[in-house]
Amino acid sequence: MFELLGIPPQVMMGQLLLGLINGSFYAVLSLGLAVIFGLLNIINFSHGAQYMLGAFVAWMLLTYLGLGYWWALVLAPVIVGATGLALERVALSRLYHLDHLYGLLLTFGVALIIQGLFRNYYGISGQPYQIPGALAGGQNLGFMFLPNYRAWVVVASVVVCFGTWFMIEKTRLGAYLRAATENPVLVGAFGINVPRLIALTYMFGVGLAGFAGVLAAPIYSVNPNMGADLIIVVFAVVVIGGMGSIMGAILTGYGIGLVEGLTRVFYPEGSAVVIFVIMAIVLMIKPEGLFGRTA
Amino acid sequence: MTDTTVERHAAAPAGTPLLEVRNLQGWYGESHVLHGMDFDVGEGEVVTLLGRNGAGKTSTLAAVMGILGKRTGSVAYNGTETIGMQPRHIARLGIALCPEERGIFSSLNVEENLMLPPRIQEGGLPVERIYELFPNLLERRRSQGTKLSGGEQQMLAIARILRTGARLLLLDEPTEGLAPVIVQQIGRTIAALKAEGFTIVLVEQNFRFAASVADRHYVVDQGRIVDMIPGEALEANTDKLHAYLGV
Repeated sequence: MFELLGIPPQVMMGQLLLGLINGSFYAVLSLGLAVIFGLLNIINFSHGAQYMLGAFVAWMLLTYLGLGYWWALVLAPVIVGATGLALERVALSRLYHLDHLYGLLLTFGVALIIQGLFRNYYGISGQPYQIPGALAGGQNLGFMFLPNYRAWVVVASVVVCFGTWFMIEKTRLGAYLRAATENPVLVGAFGINVPRLIALTYMFGVGLAGFAGVLAAPIYSVNPNMGADLIIVVFAVVVIGGMGSIMGAILTGYGIGLVEGLTRVFYPEGSAVVIFVIMAIVLMIKPEGLFGRTA
Repeated sequence: MTDTTVERHAAAPAGTPLLEVRNLQGWYGESHVLHGMDFDVGEGEVVTLLGRNGAGKTSTLAAVMGILGKRTGSVAYNGTETIGMQPRHIARLGIALCPEERGIFSSLNVEENLMLPPRIQEGGLPVERIYELFPNLLERRRSQGTKLSGGEQQMLAIARILRTGARLLLLDEPTEGLAPVIVQQIGRTIAALKAEGFTIVLVEQNFRFAASVADRHYVVDQGRIVDMIPGEALEANTDKLHAYLGV
């Protein structure tokens, strides 16, 4: 089999696959952030905690109710989304007339509370969650072994990401969302219930975080810090893609995952910082992000 | 024209008016901008609000639509009091606003802009009829809304509220900044809409344009109605109107 710059193909492909898996999580999470920021102008710092909540809800459904992975994939995003809906109605909706900073501070505080509560009850050692039977095992591709579950994560994230993009860019509901982002007062004067639209959008964005959490549960251990570790990277992805840009969040999520994987092959020491180096370069050259619109 | 006709236009419309505004007060934040507006609009009428910049014309439309910061008094549409209602509920009664700055959404193409306002009741114009009235919009339906010329954007802003089934159209300075040929086209459109039975409240500074399309003219000054001039009497009241408008 071929070698590239002296790197065995198994290593190269393995790291690229890992990058693609990470990119799948970056894409789904940054998409949720972009949807929320795009419509609500809220920088949702509790997104990482809501991702963790998705993984924990999956674990709880299995542990306490005996409901397995496929049930969790449907129920956990709805449950986590419902907590987001409550947060929006009770607290966030009171901050829309204030500066972005207040929403950021509120959601940051909420993230700390959620993570603190879970650390208190479940510790930080992590809870195991098994890969569902139907997705156990893997495929030998000749040059590498592809675990079925990891292939599923990539496929599921691609479907969810492009389904969301289609809904926002190509449907009547998406047109309402885009219009309400620009001029909520006029959209309300057309007879559309903008507060409900905003609340459901936040619920949907948070539900995406919950969905990513369920996808992550069998790969990473389910622990209260899993979101906190990821959220800074995801914010960097959103900044690189362009705040509020749906397609920017998706493409940058996968792209950054792959770049991270390649860096791990060629310069492993740089893999942890490469995203932030890219973010700094993008901010210097194109401050609105790769896919963002100039203000 | 007969005296009877003049009298019919000069007086408040016979029967219950479609829009009845009484002692309407309005505020933008701390700023008190409407100081007791009183006027009526009969079904099928075209009525203008004339006045200087800052007189309160746009604020009046915003108050009728419910999007002014705070308002008190009475605004009854078809006998239903709307003063405590949310804008979305007012819209669903059958009132639609075409705002001064047109409010075309840049993230939507022409067709998406056109289809954005939901149908709120029967009686809206079919899309085919709208494209007949505004053929430019059909040609450019895939273009980004804000890439249209000023005149086309104005047509789009009017067109999209015709689909909804709203019977009372609030048009805020539809001729502002447009070339004379486009102004004439807007005038023909308003005449066509009147013929279709729409009721229109038109805010205008261009009183020559207003004279050509409206049945009655309310003169607004400092947040109040200070005079009402029937369409037929406008010519005879030109000097008075110049004094009001400061032109």
